[in-house]
Amino acid sequence: MRAPVSWLRELIDIPVDQTGRDIAARLINAGLEVETVETIGGGVNGALYVGKVLEIEELTEFKKPIRWCQVDVGATGGGVRGIICGARNFTVGDMVVVALPGTVLPGGFEIASRETYGHLSDGMICSERELALSEEQDGIMVLPAGTAGADARPLIGVGEEVLDIAVTPDRGYALSLRGISRELAISYGVPFQDPGLNVADLPAPAPDAVPAQCGSDDFEACALFTLRTIVGFDPKAASPQWMKQRLTAGGMRPVSLAVDVTNYVMLELGQPLHAFDLDKLNGPVRAGWAEPGSTLETLDHVTRKLGSDDLVILDDDGIIGLAGTMGGLDSEIDDDTINIAIEAAHFAPRVIARMARRHRLSSEASRRFERGVDRTLAPYASARAAALLIEFGGGHYVGMTAVEAPYDPGVISMRVSEPAAVAGMPIDEETVTRLLEAVGCGVLINGNQLEVQAPPWRADLTDPADLVEEVVRLVGYENLPSTLPIAAAGHGLSNSQRLKRRIGMTLAARGAVEVLTYPFVGDSELDDMQIPVADIRRSKVRLANPLSDEQPYLRASLLPGLLSTARRNIGRGSSGVSLFELGSVFQGESVGVAPRPSVLERPGADEWAALNGLLPSQPMHLGIVLAGEREAAGWWGPSDDHGWHDAVQMAQVIAEVIGSEITIEQGGDLVFHPGRCATINCAGKPIGVAGELHPRVIQAWSLPTRSSALELDLDALIASAPALRPAPAVSAHPVAKEDLAVVVADSVTVAAVTAALRAGAGDLLESIRLFDIYSGPQVPDGHCSLAFALRFRAPDRTLSAAETAAARQGAINRAGLDCGAVIRGG
Amino acid sequence: MSGPNTSFDPKQVAVLGAEAIATMVAEALAAVSAAGDLAVLKEVRLAHAGDRSPLALANRDIGALPPAAKAEVGKRVGEARGAVKAALGSRQIELERARDEFVLAEEFIDVTLPAMRVPLGARHPLTTVMERICDVFIAMGYDIAEGPEAEAEWVNFDALNVPPDHPARTMQDTFYVGSPESGVVLRTQTSPIQIRAMLDRQLPIYVVAPGRVYRTDELDATHTPVFHQVEGLAVDVGLTMGDLKGTLDHFAQEMFDPGIVTRLRPSYFPFTEPSAELDVQCFVCRGASIDNSAEPCRTCGSEGWIEWGGCGMVNPRVLQAVGIDPAKYRGFAFGMGIERTLMFRNGVTDMRDMVEGDLRFSLAFGLES
Repeated sequence: MRAPVSWLRELIDIPVDQTGRDIAARLINAGLEVETVETIGGGVNGALYVGKVLEIEELTEFKKPIRWCQVDVGATGGGVRGIICGARNFTVGDMVVVALPGTVLPGGFEIASRETYGHLSDGMICSERELALSEEQDGIMVLPAGTAGADARPLIGVGEEVLDIAVTPDRGYALSLRGISRELAISYGVPFQDPGLNVADLPAPAPDAVPAQCGSDDFEACALFTLRTIVGFDPKAASPQWMKQRLTAGGMRPVSLAVDVTNYVMLELGQPLHAFDLDKLNGPVRAGWAEPGSTLETLDHVTRKLGSDDLVILDDDGIIGLAGTMGGLDSEIDDDTINIAIEAAHFAPRVIARMARRHRLSSEASRRFERGVDRTLAPYASARAAALLIEFGGGHYVGMTAVEAPYDPGVISMRVSEPAAVAGMPIDEETVTRLLEAVGCGVLINGNQLEVQAPPWRADLTDPADLVEEVVRLVGYENLPSTLPIAAAGHGLSNSQRLKRRIGMTLAARGAVEVLTYPFVGDSELDDMQIPVADIRRSKVRLANPLSDEQPYLRASLLPGLLSTARRNIGRGSSGVSLFELGSVFQGESVGVAPRPSVLERPGADEWAALNGLLPSQPMHLGIVLAGEREAAGWWGPSDDHGWHDAVQMAQVIAEVIGSEITIEQGGDLVFHPGRCATINCAGKPIGVAGELHPRVIQAWSLPTRSSALELDLDALIASAPALRPAPAVSAHPVAKEDLAVVVADSVTVAAVTAALRAGAGDLLESIRLFDIYSGPQVPDGHCSLAFALRFRAPDRTLSAAETAAARQGAINRAGLDCGAVIRGG
Repeated sequence: MSGPNTSFDPKQVAVLGAEAIATMVAEALAAVSAAGDLAVLKEVRLAHAGDRSPLALANRDIGALPPAAKAEVGKRVGEARGAVKAALGSRQIELERARDEFVLAEEFIDVTLPAMRVPLGARHPLTTVMERICDVFIAMGYDIAEGPEAEAEWVNFDALNVPPDHPARTMQDTFYVGSPESGVVLRTQTSPIQIRAMLDRQLPIYVVAPGRVYRTDELDATHTPVFHQVEGLAVDVGLTMGDLKGTLDHFAQEMFDPGIVTRLRPSYFPFTEPSAELDVQCFVCRGASIDNSAEPCRTCGSEGWIEWGGCGMVNPRVLQAVGIDPAKYRGFAFGMGIERTLMFRNGVTDMRDMVEGDLRFSLAFGLES
């Protein structure tokens, strides 16, 4: 909402020393968000004079017609000056706006005396566009009146300050000068004469005149419908200059007197109006519901398909407008309109909001109706409009017809002490009452209760809390105390919150960089990753309105986003990346419609469960992508690249950080290299996968060869973390070290052999570590030799040689049984 | 071993005379000082203190002396051997030191060589800012609440007093999951976590909830469709707007600077009433840039205040929707954008830096922000 300061000053007595910024600060304190204070023609630097055109000489020898004019800019402007002008929309005797040499126009364009078209042009006759007053470029500005040599700036609105206010959805009344000036009057403590309650002077209609008839099919949707008729209007009558200036300053383009007047009254009072060409109507005009399947071409030349919940304006021939949103093209006022019907109505906010949303049609009217228009304003506003039309366009007033549902503003009961209790500071009864009355409420004191009736322009005031806000904002938020409540004893971070921090810190300390990628994915990425249709990582959760049709799904895996981020970094010159992300993935498919319980009471347990059951599963995952250099070449030797083992190691590091136990087994995930992929198991279930990415995946993302990755279901891993870790028994007795090598078939995994050795060695085994793998002439084909270092220790004694040997033999025997391992050299 | 001398011969024991012993000592000491390295010293030790050395032989002969001479000679020889041993010992230390100095000098390494072979990684600054916020509130006794990103429309809107077709729904451009009628959206704000906290927890409730939120904005320097907010909620008996103000003052001081103050401006949110916009005093210029064109402030645009978030007293209608008696309990709530916080707190100028995942951006923050 754009509010010119001079217009506000016309409505209330703002102290003269107040600048636009001062006024803006007042409104901001009252809760109206003034976004900018703009000065119209702010780019004009220097004088602008009213000039009278004395002579025009047409120069015809050029490519386009040019005029050599003699313009009188009065004694102050240096008398009569010769000026070259390309425009043709003026004649001798017209008053025009002249910028003299030295004046700077918007865009830094400085006027100078210069030779052009064979004459010395000593100034410039200005257009609205050149002064940045509007986009209008049909010729120069011709003033309706003026004295040569006078300052032209106030006449054309240059220097006018305009406040641009972002009006929140609860403050429909602030979409008018009326509403804004009311707030300012309260703030400045000056009297307020409500222009919305002025009854405009209209001539008495002729006794036999019959105004156009109106109606409402549904008083819930349209509680008030009025139609005012004027005949014999002069279609050629122009809008007065001041009205055009105010409309332009208010952000609206002047069109014609009839349209301008409806817009002007809307800006002034907040009531959207619509003017019909009466001769294009047939029968009574009424508000009603559209027949499904009907259509209407609106003023913006769009043909709209209508449904049964579109509220429309109809006559006997059908639909002539979308109620409160936009008129139809066929009944529009045009250059020949002489008989006019002005519609002023009240439409239910939700009805208009729904229509505006569905038709993606946000108009000046719909923005006001969906925020709530003064329920009783319509007849006042249409009288104001009719008076202006008759004043400037002539015509005869025929009268008004109206239909209206009973209006019951209702009463809100509030304890007198409530504003003080909510604010946490004393606010006495007198203050509460005075402030509520200032915003327009009727207040009755009933003991310690107030019975409050909200004014018709404040449909947002329905609850005691709304009244509290009115009182507290007008007392001033700056006067609130600053106190600290004593919170209940807290629990600190939850287990999972704490462990996630530990994981993030550990990964970063080990060289990985956290990223937060967008969760939007598309089929082409998932195809590039070779994720099969049945795989849980194949996204099923789709957005109805994705930003890009290429990526309509929500991720079911963190890897696509990480791979793309890795590619971006490599593309920007990074020789190696180690990226991780902790984030939700979206799995499963929601079938059905989530319930919408009542908001008047707590939802039942069943309803709440059903609602949550319809949400996709959203586990927290950890993803890591490792690509290219892990360690750069340096004085220590050549560079070292990331590989499958780094990914597996990360999984093990994370498990250790949180104390969960995982096992690694050979995997076969299609995203990964078929021979270099590990399944991560936890509590007997697979919870992730790690290893070298499949070469085709690496190629699709243009990553370095052997790029590797890891993805884990972190919720599952954290669920298995111990709540408490028991202390170990640290034995001070000596360790017995035994090395052994076993020969196994290549198909047997180290994990299997290690597990067998561990199981066979028994409780005395403290640790086991693979320290060498050998395959070659010393072992049979298809076999390899695995060398392990075992450490034995007892908690309570020094182990004897026999005990150690027995444990060692136990390990060997078990490996033989479980894995076919044969001890080497033993 | 020398036993008592049975065939005493005075000529043979002439070596035990004082002069002879002194000569032996002098020779030994000269050899010790002449030894230039540890190998020579070893030979000197063998020659002058070894089993076959003159002093050792002299010592052996003492046994042959008559008992009356034994004490005197024994003392003389003992002292002589002690002196030689001491000289050898100190020379040994001297030569070892000299050798060590040489060797250590040889082992010189330029320790300014790069030692960071695998550099440190980093956490995303948005994460660490959220953690910092959580820590501030944990210190005040709050818990950290969570909720799903794909959220029921009822939780994201209806229960927060945003009925269907209310213009407030179009204030936030919403991603719908499945179909526009599915009743499931990507949460447009962290406020639905308020609803979950009030349904899931025992009163009184003091929680903050950081999280990811979504709106259908295209990515540019100041917008991103995926961003982060932190929500705060307190529901207790007797809470006031002054309590809200005090909590936000403390929060701002912890996040920016002690002594920083906040400002509340009336505003509108469906789920709070009264509602306010929260501004923090610019912690760079502290308001000194207002109307001071000589020293403009880039952080606050010379406004002196920075818009930080929204807040207010929980609308009783919201309490009603979750079954909390508004006649008994009052609440306050607040929310702010994490990206925005990082932008003005740490001077990030382009939203895209926070979403692109360029390593260089996060690495500049390390493990803290």
